[in-house]
Amino acid sequence: MKRLGPRIEEKAARSVLWTLTLVTVGVLVFIIFFILRRGLPALSLEFLTANPVDMGKSGGIFSTVVGTVALTVLAILIAAPLGIGTAIYLTEYTWGGPVTRVIRFGAECLAGIPSIIFGLFGFILFVTKLKFGWSILSGGLTLAFMLLPTIIRTSEEAIKSVPPAYRQVSFSLGSTKWQTVTRVVLPSALSGIVTGVVLSVGRSIGETAATIFTAGSALRMPTSLFSSSRTMSVHFYILAREGISMSKAYGTAAILIIAILGINILTYYLMNRFIRKYSS
Amino acid sequence: MSGAGKPRGRNRLERNDRLVRLALLVVAFSAVSVLLVITVFIVGQGTPIMFKYGLKSFLTGSSWYPSEKLFGLWPMIVGSLFVTAGALVIGVPFGLSCAIVLTEFSSKKVRRLIKPVIELLAGIPSVVYGFMGVVILVPFIRQTFGGPGLSVLAAAIILGVMILPTIISISVDALQAVPPSYREGSIALGATRWQTVKMVLFPAARSGIIASVILGMGRAVGETMATIMVAGNAAEVPGSLLAPVRTLTSNVALEMSYATGEHREALFATGVVLFVIIMVLNTIANATSARRRKQS
Repeated sequence: MKRLGPRIEEKAARSVLWTLTLVTVGVLVFIIFFILRRGLPALSLEFLTANPVDMGKSGGIFSTVVGTVALTVLAILIAAPLGIGTAIYLTEYTWGGPVTRVIRFGAECLAGIPSIIFGLFGFILFVTKLKFGWSILSGGLTLAFMLLPTIIRTSEEAIKSVPPAYRQVSFSLGSTKWQTVTRVVLPSALSGIVTGVVLSVGRSIGETAATIFTAGSALRMPTSLFSSSRTMSVHFYILAREGISMSKAYGTAAILIIAILGINILTYYLMNRFIRKYSS
Repeated sequence: MSGAGKPRGRNRLERNDRLVRLALLVVAFSAVSVLLVITVFIVGQGTPIMFKYGLKSFLTGSSWYPSEKLFGLWPMIVGSLFVTAGALVIGVPFGLSCAIVLTEFSSKKVRRLIKPVIELLAGIPSVVYGFMGVVILVPFIRQTFGGPGLSVLAAAIILGVMILPTIISISVDALQAVPPSYREGSIALGATRWQTVKMVLFPAARSGIIASVILGMGRAVGETMATIMVAGNAAEVPGSLLAPVRTLTSNVALEMSYATGEHREALFATGVVLFVIIMVLNTIANATSARRRKQS
């Protein structure tokens, strides 16, 4: 085989790399436009505020919106304090050593565990052993465990990017460690930490495998932590898979996509603000 | 040093500080404890039946008929393997290309446009990917190549797209971590940008890139809903790219809602196999990136 000249090779490589990149971007743009084009016509205020009728064949998706919000809020309420606390410990209270390594390894492994395993686990522990049944409580706890590694990692990065000088000044003024953490470090890292939390909200909205076996798939409006509830993603899955109603499925998918878009724009905005604060 | 001469409030603050430290240590073990509890429960629920019917027949048996107490996981293990390999064949070239373009071949402006797009790719729920597979990809495969459409190929393509964000973000980090002097040295010696990428950056970022591929592999092995929707789910070893396939994850998710007794235990055993595969992949990825940290 004849060797290509470096200049031709450069050109060829660039065009191949750019083509593959543009295809990737194209796939994403296509998915979003496709879902929105088919889904937007099905949307109306009524779609959001009416409960599903006839297994979702008609009516709206209100009870699934409520279910999704309830699960997400519960999951964040549990995962955020644990995750942020872990991040504070890892960044402010230890410097390497076996304890940190064990904690980091645990968090990294947890991040790699597939959602179906979380679903199985939540089902056996919360639904059957602890007898919470298929409920918002079981689903929220399971989701919280799933979100934990994301929140740890993003909070850790946010706290690490607070300049050390801030801490030194605080200590030199006679503050204790905890005072420094709560009054100097956390406020400075806040927008970075919030970015991680918002990202986790996005993940919990899109999650299906872990919630379907823990929160169940009841279409009734949930009334307490112990009611079973169907999330939007589960509803969408069931509508599409069982062919109940394609137009409702597209409508639900459009709502999911819009929610995810909104969340990504919000995290992007928060992230930029945070980066601008500490670069330069 | 018990605070003689210090004001009383100071003592109280210092005691609080020690308490807070202890509390944080307990909290910090939450992730490890969750991991442990999950391991105990999945393994505890899944292993007894494996040993009852024999580990070998469980892992290498080729018939899965739970109603007749036949629990052979071989088709699902092979299925997961095929689908994951296919996803890598698609995801790795696209993912690495994006990572290289983002770090080496694009202006800052273009980067600021492409990067959020790729992050968005990570946010799209897996059911939406599965749905796109069902309405676009599966009919396309059925019409162009024949067969049922629900196939290894469809699952591989959808998973290939789904692992892109993992591969891209970790490879970008690895490429960016290469010291700028390497790049500058290579360019100063007269190498083109592509030669620099090929001969300097890639070897320097190798362990990070390998970690990105392994973690992408983990995502492909673990993905459930999208796979169920496009793979066809027949519990037999697929004969071709166009044949339907059932993965380990699908096996669990498909039957969990109605399984009882030994059938349910067998599904947990499926979970154990999945769990072991994921932990092995995690550990390898962890070890490769630890080596990178040591190098730098």
